Amino acid sequence: MIDTLSPEHLIIAPILIPMFAGAIMLLYDDRQRRAKLTISLISAVALVLVAAELVSRAKGDPEISGTAIGLYLLGDWPTPMGIVLVLDRLSALMVALVAVLAIPALIYSAATWHKQGQHFHSLFQFLLMGLNGAFLTGDLFNLFVFFEVMLAASYGLLLHGSGSLRLRAGLHYIAINLLASVMFLIGIAIVYGVTGTLNMADIATRTTVLLPEERSLIHLAAVILGIAFLVKAGIWPLSFWLPTAYMAGAAPVAAMFAVNTKLGIYVILRLSMLVFGAGAGASQGFGANVLLIAGMATIVFGVLGVLASQGLPRIAAHLVVMSSGTILTVIGFALAGGGTAMLSGALFYLVSSTVATSALFLLAEPMSRDEGGIAAMLALTSDAFGTALPEDEETDESPGLVIPGTFAILGASFIGCVLLLAGLPPLSGFIGKFAMLSGGLNPSGLGLGTPDWKIGVFVALILLSGLATLVALVRLGVQTFWAAESEPPRILALEIAPVIALIGVTIILTFQAQAGLRYTDATARALSMPSVYIDGVLRAPRVAEQVEQDQ
Amino acid sequence: MELVLSLGIGVLVGSGVWLVLRPRTFQVIIGLCLLAYGVNLFIFAMGRLNTGAAPVMPKGGFVNPDAYADPLPQALVLTAIVISFATTALFLVVMIVARGLTGTDHVDGKERGEP
Repeated sequence: MIDTLSPEHLIIAPILIPMFAGAIMLLYDDRQRRAKLTISLISAVALVLVAAELVSRAKGDPEISGTAIGLYLLGDWPTPMGIVLVLDRLSALMVALVAVLAIPALIYSAATWHKQGQHFHSLFQFLLMGLNGAFLTGDLFNLFVFFEVMLAASYGLLLHGSGSLRLRAGLHYIAINLLASVMFLIGIAIVYGVTGTLNMADIATRTTVLLPEERSLIHLAAVILGIAFLVKAGIWPLSFWLPTAYMAGAAPVAAMFAVNTKLGIYVILRLSMLVFGAGAGASQGFGANVLLIAGMATIVFGVLGVLASQGLPRIAAHLVVMSSGTILTVIGFALAGGGTAMLSGALFYLVSSTVATSALFLLAEPMSRDEGGIAAMLALTSDAFGTALPEDEETDESPGLVIPGTFAILGASFIGCVLLLAGLPPLSGFIGKFAMLSGGLNPSGLGLGTPDWKIGVFVALILLSGLATLVALVRLGVQTFWAAESEPPRILALEIAPVIALIGVTIILTFQAQAGLRYTDATARALSMPSVYIDGVLRAPRVAEQVEQDQ
Repeated sequence: MELVLSLGIGVLVGSGVWLVLRPRTFQVIIGLCLLAYGVNLFIFAMGRLNTGAAPVMPKGGFVNPDAYADPLPQALVLTAIVISFATTALFLVVMIVARGLTGTDHVDGKERGEP
């Protein structure tokens, strides 16, 4: 059967590749780190290639909607019955983002971190599997399962390297996420009880024809599910756990966690635009104001947090919160019918800010290595785990070299991150924010329409958040680079190369901004037309039917 | 039966929420277990309540769906039980390690009033 390997199976590859890579690595002894690293990197590179192909596949005919919905029927059950994987522009973009972040984090971990505990690479691959699965699935319960895969791996990764700070943060992180999972299940159960289906597209079609008393139930389910996802996305009243957890995680883990919050945002965006988007009848725009207000409050919280934080990891964690708040506010606007230009800018900003915060997390540890805090933590973890202190062996056995003029390279990378996160030209952070603001201020096309006061508040908050980011990071940069009394820290090439690579990604994003924005434009357009997704999922024939037709 | 089931879910979830908000790790984990039980019963109830009905339908011919229980929530409950069991076990390990490393069973890793 040659057609069992037909190209449509590529959609499931982003789940299968890390699953097998992670499983194979469990068979290796933990001392064979080089072999594990090789397998991990092969898997990550394969993911990048697959993601690139999926992105190009998601681009459909620009005349119709610009989005081709790729559908993968697991077990070839007809659509509303079985579990489906759905590929559209948004999910392809997110899968690509995960793959692009994975390689630098893995390379960084090769310097020291993957020696600090067991099964780092397997857990890392399972994290990728959970993320990719959650982005690709078209079934609500399957989404829960992939969420749990991702979370289980993230529990292990957060505790990687042990130490009591990490343990304390991990305890809170696990408890909160278990509670969020409970909420998730309650929401799923109500949705199933009301609509009798778990397929996201089918839920969307059935919500339009609900009776009023059933409608209030589906709204209740949406609220409960929303809380579960917003906890993950780190929205303001629910984000108190986030800075501590992200700060406590090992650098490559925190760099990968930068995309975890985006999973919550992705689900909010997907489900709200699908179920409460255009054509949803009486439910249209449900929850838009909540997202607006809470999103803006999150930006304010992020601004205060960034200004009040002392160390770079904590600042980076608050920047994650700030970027979540920005995107969630835009989702609120889009849900209230605010046009697609703003959403498109927000998607561009999502990619750029995620890459930048990831780079900042990787930069945080080398930059503050001399300051005692992290050095002490490293010593403590080595003690606790019983490995020798890597400080002396590091230079002998690892393939990296000690860079001269460390401060110059560190400083240049840091400036790159600052420009990206504060949204200053010339890098892609500016383009993302500019596209968002331009979309907000010109609601019906360039130079047309008058924005309402809510947009004004949002614009003010965006500019304020940029300023706060700049102040906080520049203050920290001055402390580290200009007022440093000690010798520059010893940094391995393996540790600085991933940061430069990530900044390189954003430079490419800057030069290819037109192509990038064209992609996000079409993504936002497709999201604002739920019928594209629904038709793509529900009208697709089964493989068996197709074979019959072909014969 | 509806009354018994809803009372059961209510008591489980109520005591679960109370315990989760307590300061000791043991109370938190028991609370999470009770919450998970309550939620599993709730998912089960969402398939509608009926007694003595099989969830598996015979193949072919006319099938009266009223005479059968909805099999899907049962499958969902099974998955949810496995997942909550596994994550609770993992949480338990983390708690034991935290108890050993910090010397206290407070969820913050330190007693109230300590620095």
